[in-house]
Amino acid sequence: MTPAKKVIGEIVFGLLSPEKIRKMSATRIITPDTYDEDGFPIEMGLMDTRLGVIEPGLRCKTCGQRVRDCPGHFGHIELAMPVIHVGFAKTIYGILKATCRACGNLLLNQKEIEKFRKAYEEVVRRGENTSNFAKEVIKQASKASKCPYCGKEKLPIEYDKPTTFREAGHKMTPSEVREWLEKVSEALGDDLKLLDINPKVARPEWMVLTVLPVPPVTTRPSITLETGERSEDDLTHKLVDIIRINQRLQENRDAGAPQLIVEDLWELLQYHVTTYFDNQTSGIPPARHRSGRALKTLAQRLKGKEGRFRSNLSGKRVNFSARTVISPDPNISINEVGVPIDVARELTVPIKVTPHNLEEMKELVKRGPNPKPPAGVKYIPGVNYVIRPDGRRVKVTEENANVVADRLEPGAIVERQLQDGDIVLFNRQPSLHRMSMMAHKVRVLPYKTFRLNLAVCPPYNADFDGDEMNLHVLQSEEARAEAEILMKVQEHILSPRFGGAIIGAIHDHITGCFLLTYKDKKFKKDDAIRMLSAAGYRGKVEDEMSGKDIFSKILPEGINLEYKAKACVGCEKCLKEKCPYDAYVVIKDSKLITGVIDEKSIGAFKGEIIEYITRKFGNEKAREFIDRVTKLGIAAIMIIGFTTGIDDEDIPEEAQLQIKEELEKAKRKIQQLIKAYNEGELEQIPGRSLEETLEMEIMRVTGRARDRTGEIASKHLGMDNSAVIMARSGARGSMLNLSQMAGCVGQQAVRGERIHRGYRNRTLPHFKKGDLGAEAKGFVSSSYKKGLSPTEYFFHSMGGREGLVDTAVRTSRSGYMQRRLVNALENIKLEEDGTVRTTTGEIVQFTYGEDGVDPMRSIRGKAIDVDLVLREVEHGK
Amino acid sequence: MKFDILKHKLVPHHEILSQEEVEKLLKTYNIKKEQLPRMLLSDPVAKAIGAKEGDIVKIIRKSPTAGISIAYRLVVKEII
Ligand SMILES: [Mg+2]
Ligand SMILES: [Zn+2]
Ligand SMILES: [Zn+2]
Ligand SMILES: [Zn+2]
Repeated sequence: MTPAKKVIGEIVFGLLSPEKIRKMSATRIITPDTYDEDGFPIEMGLMDTRLGVIEPGLRCKTCGQRVRDCPGHFGHIELAMPVIHVGFAKTIYGILKATCRACGNLLLNQKEIEKFRKAYEEVVRRGENTSNFAKEVIKQASKASKCPYCGKEKLPIEYDKPTTFREAGHKMTPSEVREWLEKVSEALGDDLKLLDINPKVARPEWMVLTVLPVPPVTTRPSITLETGERSEDDLTHKLVDIIRINQRLQENRDAGAPQLIVEDLWELLQYHVTTYFDNQTSGIPPARHRSGRALKTLAQRLKGKEGRFRSNLSGKRVNFSARTVISPDPNISINEVGVPIDVARELTVPIKVTPHNLEEMKELVKRGPNPKPPAGVKYIPGVNYVIRPDGRRVKVTEENANVVADRLEPGAIVERQLQDGDIVLFNRQPSLHRMSMMAHKVRVLPYKTFRLNLAVCPPYNADFDGDEMNLHVLQSEEARAEAEILMKVQEHILSPRFGGAIIGAIHDHITGCFLLTYKDKKFKKDDAIRMLSAAGYRGKVEDEMSGKDIFSKILPEGINLEYKAKACVGCEKCLKEKCPYDAYVVIKDSKLITGVIDEKSIGAFKGEIIEYITRKFGNEKAREFIDRVTKLGIAAIMIIGFTTGIDDEDIPEEAQLQIKEELEKAKRKIQQLIKAYNEGELEQIPGRSLEETLEMEIMRVTGRARDRTGEIASKHLGMDNSAVIMARSGARGSMLNLSQMAGCVGQQAVRGERIHRGYRNRTLPHFKKGDLGAEAKGFVSSSYKKGLSPTEYFFHSMGGREGLVDTAVRTSRSGYMQRRLVNALENIKLEEDGTVRTTTGEIVQFTYGEDGVDPMRSIRGKAIDVDLVLREVEHGK
Repeated sequence: MKFDILKHKLVPHHEILSQEEVEKLLKTYNIKKEQLPRMLLSDPVAKAIGAKEGDIVKIIRKSPTAGISIAYRLVVKEII
């Protein structure tokens, strides 16, 4: 029999009174022993069966139920002497400071109290925090030197962490404190609220414990080790200590032992009770296990990352999920995820058995949990569990598979292992936007990693340097339908973040397409066939094809586009179709006329063609295009061939000389500036000091020097250079990276200034004091390829360190901000009438975003792209 | 000299709705007055246009996304 379900009406936070503790106690605990020789719980011991049962077979003496049904019941310990509750020591300190020892009144006169009463009402009405108010009251009251009611002198109170109070140097016993607090409750009555105490649910003297509640055994279950030895919970250990000392204290006191011994034991009892609540209380050594490990007591169960809140309440572990390392697979669709066989065998999908699928399910169950696939097939799903119509869960094994299959009947649920096409959720932390968790279709594959298409790396922000991802198998039809319609990868090609594509080609895809379509490269028929068939094209192929024609074959029909490619250098006057860099893309009726295909066309974050297809033909077509274009890119790069190495940064000797000359020139210019500064001839920039002016001028010179050396270097790095191809096409790296490798690294800065800290008046002992020159202040004139001098290396590390610290600080701060925003906005919802409202229907925005535009369906944030519409009309005629 | 805040370029246009307009507004959004965003009676603009507690003020703003956006606020003594 299960007890009737109860509904929580309200929750009141207050203190437990000694009477309440006794009243809710199932038994008083008097013996520190737990079990007798037969291993049976001792009566009135810590494992008394009235506190609940944890062993199967036993019945609880309080409620008569067995293991899983008995919720457990509290017991209590009568403390021989009162002890301070550490959790309230600060509150007690406040009260002692603010009240009179003799009469218990607040050390404020009637007028002041009246004033505070009024102020309190106001604070409550405003719904503000009353704890700050109490601080104010205590501050005021503790100023008094004499009680305004009984005239007794107020002695200074000191507080020694964690539980000691002194009145003018005299150490107060917990009993004295308790008596004082009793007087306070008596004298203050309803005014206790001024001290932020609700007299209805808490009286100050209850903060000094006379009775200690003993939590049910179900909260501190003992575990039986394989050796048969019983191991008790840390809380039980602590309670044993408390009872032992409590007993000794009682005996000694009753026998009239010397005051000193009683006080020592009392102190010890206080220590045990304190560490029972919080074993990390500052000021006292933590209680330890025999092995030397610090005990995990009440506070430790709740606190921190591994505590109840963060580990069990805010974040829970779930079933039907898997986690492993990810690796790339360019051959699966962006909608798919490769799942290792081992994982697929563990994860299951529940299938309801009906008269219609009964036979099919019987066949499935017969396979057992580890079926041998037929020849030529690598994997077929088996069944791990069958849930019978009565709710019993039956584990399917090789031995019982046939029996279970025969007994299968409609109404049962078969938990089938994953198979190709099952829909699952795939997630990579940190889950910063909704694309961090998308639905994929399963592809069961060999080996041990999750496989994903490279085009979905950007939304997950994933790479393969050891990243791990989580996978969740959906367990209901509704969830699967919802995931399929709303969460599938192809539904997220356009990002709601900026209204453009977030899924698209990266790295080699872009390089490949660039090489394929740059200028009018021609390909032999067999190469063209190889590339196009890899891209999934099935159709006619001409004898000799240009790269642009090959690319055009995979474009869906009806595309008309015109834009500048990533490779565009921004000439003063754009020659459009006649661009010498082939950077003006024109696509007419799905034929690439001019322009090279690069990041701007197909890349994630930028891809014009991807965006166009998604908007015009929908997600399905866009997915198809992404799958094809990435495969085409890879086929092209493989056939054309591509490599990069350190010799890509080789520049001819004359260029190196030029660079050297440029650097010398810059250094001379800096010396001139310093000279002018020293002689007071430097022309001051308005609003800047002379020093600042000099620094700015020097920074400008060093900046220009780096740019100039970069220019010289790039002059010798042409489109025949792999590194340049990657940088210009947007596949990877930038021209700045290249000029730092080939030309010069440039000025290193910390907080936007030249490096100036270190030794007295100089950055390093390698330089003269007061040296303001380029080298002494962090200018790195070497290139990465040439290598840095020791001082340059050191300055470079300083600049690099700043970058690392910045990222670390930024991520933690933006993470905190994100949590706060999510918390504040999580319940706000867009209603059908276009308004944005809270759960109570209060309007936040009258029209979503003021313009009612869904950013995902916008064109980079705008509702319409006028140019595009005009062009469509033009082509339509 | 007293400055007319309503003429300041950062202050959008405010106007008090008539009884009929209020009824129409509440009907279009199917709401009670309390579900509207609020503005304080002590708000300088509320004082300047002479709004009273319980009035609904229509605010016409320039919007970077929509060109013009319209919002309504209930004038209250205090925000709870
Ligand atoms: Mg990584
Ligand atoms: Zn029970
Ligand atoms: Zn007094
Ligand atoms: Zn151009």
